[in-house]
Amino acid sequence: MALEGFTHLIPHAAGHEVIRQGRSGLTLVRMTPDVVHDQLIGVGCARRLVFSWGGNPGVGSLRRLRDAVENGWPAPLELEEHSHAGMAAAYAAGAANLPFGLLRGYAGTDLVPRTRVASLECPFTGERVAAVPALRPDVAIVHAQRADRRGNVQLWGIVGVQKEAVLAARRSLVTVEEIVPKLDPQPGAIVIPAWAVTAVAEAPGGAHPSYAHGYYERDNGFYEAWDAISRDRSGFLSWIDRHVLGTSDVGEYRRSLEAVA
Amino acid sequence: MSAWAADEMMTVAAARRLRNGTVCFVGIGLPSKAANLARRTHAPACVLVYESGTIGAKPAHLPLSIGDGELAETADAVVSVPEIFAYWLQGGRIDVGFLGAAQIDRFGNLNSTVIGEYAHPTVRLPGAGGAPEISSGCREVLVMLRQSPRTFVECVDFRTSVGLGDGPGFRERHGLGGAGVTSVITDVGVLEPDPRTCELTLTALHPGATVEQARAATGWALRVADELAESAPPTATELRALRELKTTTEEKQAAESGPGAGQTAVAAIASSRPA
Repeated sequence: MALEGFTHLIPHAAGHEVIRQGRSGLTLVRMTPDVVHDQLIGVGCARRLVFSWGGNPGVGSLRRLRDAVENGWPAPLELEEHSHAGMAAAYAAGAANLPFGLLRGYAGTDLVPRTRVASLECPFTGERVAAVPALRPDVAIVHAQRADRRGNVQLWGIVGVQKEAVLAARRSLVTVEEIVPKLDPQPGAIVIPAWAVTAVAEAPGGAHPSYAHGYYERDNGFYEAWDAISRDRSGFLSWIDRHVLGTSDVGEYRRSLEAVA
Repeated sequence: MSAWAADEMMTVAAARRLRNGTVCFVGIGLPSKAANLARRTHAPACVLVYESGTIGAKPAHLPLSIGDGELAETADAVVSVPEIFAYWLQGGRIDVGFLGAAQIDRFGNLNSTVIGEYAHPTVRLPGAGGAPEISSGCREVLVMLRQSPRTFVECVDFRTSVGLGDGPGFRERHGLGGAGVTSVITDVGVLEPDPRTCELTLTALHPGATVEQARAATGWALRVADELAESAPPTATELRALRELKTTTEEKQAAESGPGAGQTAVAAIASSRPA
């Protein structure tokens, strides 16, 4: 299951729904696992993580991710780690229906024996390049600013790797800030046509604490607060109980945060 | 006491290494601070590229994350993550990569993956991110790190990014373009690879710092260049620009993280929805 968003438009509301549904044994795919992945890993949804950078951006470590890797709590977590360039190439290969992505990368690093990467010879020049297996997630979930009633999805600002993730996956879900009658043009926007998306759901505020360009800003205070919330296991679990398992959707989640603010 | 802090001297010394017009791939944290200082002082045409896909970002305050909205709003162009790495970095369009790390060794290799054994790490670090290909795809790499024996180690626990590998010829053998790490700017001075041995050597000290201090802060037997330079102290202009940057960044953060943090965002979500 790929949830994507490069610091922007991170599908938190969808991640919370995965936790509510009690899913487990998942392979989570994300270039930059951050707070929502800390939550998914901390409650035991994940068996394996495919990633290229895992941290609380601008703050520090992911304490639940570290607890899983360093102490096997709540369950051991297998890691398949890449560089950003390698993982971006793997998504692009998946979207293009190729078996692997190509890049100049990984050479001389200790990642080579630790991850899925191979060296290939160019059939035309003999030059050595790196190959990474294509990412073909069973499902990709992303968040976007809006969709029209037919389900055409529009996102803008930092567009990250969301289009590639959706097109690489067998099925996809896009949560959006709002569903509008017609998509007005936006500078730099990309549109993913309705017929390339499996489902669209309205989830206003569904990227919180990350941001939705043109809608709301990043809640930096939340990212800083997360460090303390996630510091110990019991504090983390009681936060999940109250704000995720104790709520039924993104609206209730937001109101539960307001109540403690 | 000098009129500036060691961290300020480090940032100023790093900023000075960027020329006007340099295209710079910037990591978050100290490198971002130095690159933004350069843009505010002697190098207004320095092009800042962040791995979130923002090219030519001109942030008014320092971004907390690599993908803050401020970067997209002020950029000349915003491209996807696959594009920034494939066309712009791998395409050979970046002059200088500007990185930090958790560990650096005597050959300038960087570790941001694990402390200890990979399978059973003492500390699991965030991982590679863009660093391995920034290290191989830019013409040269600058590193900015506070110097201590824990950080400056004989050999990194995990080689996330190649500096100069195991010494002369390593980069060529592995087909790595670019010069690799050319300077390491610390709070004590500047280390550069010896042209013959590739070993990081102390080439400059900041005002007030001593060779003994640099050696004590290094986990290997640090060599000192025959001609040891002294960094020029920060000018009034540099210090003023750096402190203004700090103030505007803190004001921005205080506005967002004040009492009721979280609530502000929720309120903003509610009010952003058209009726």
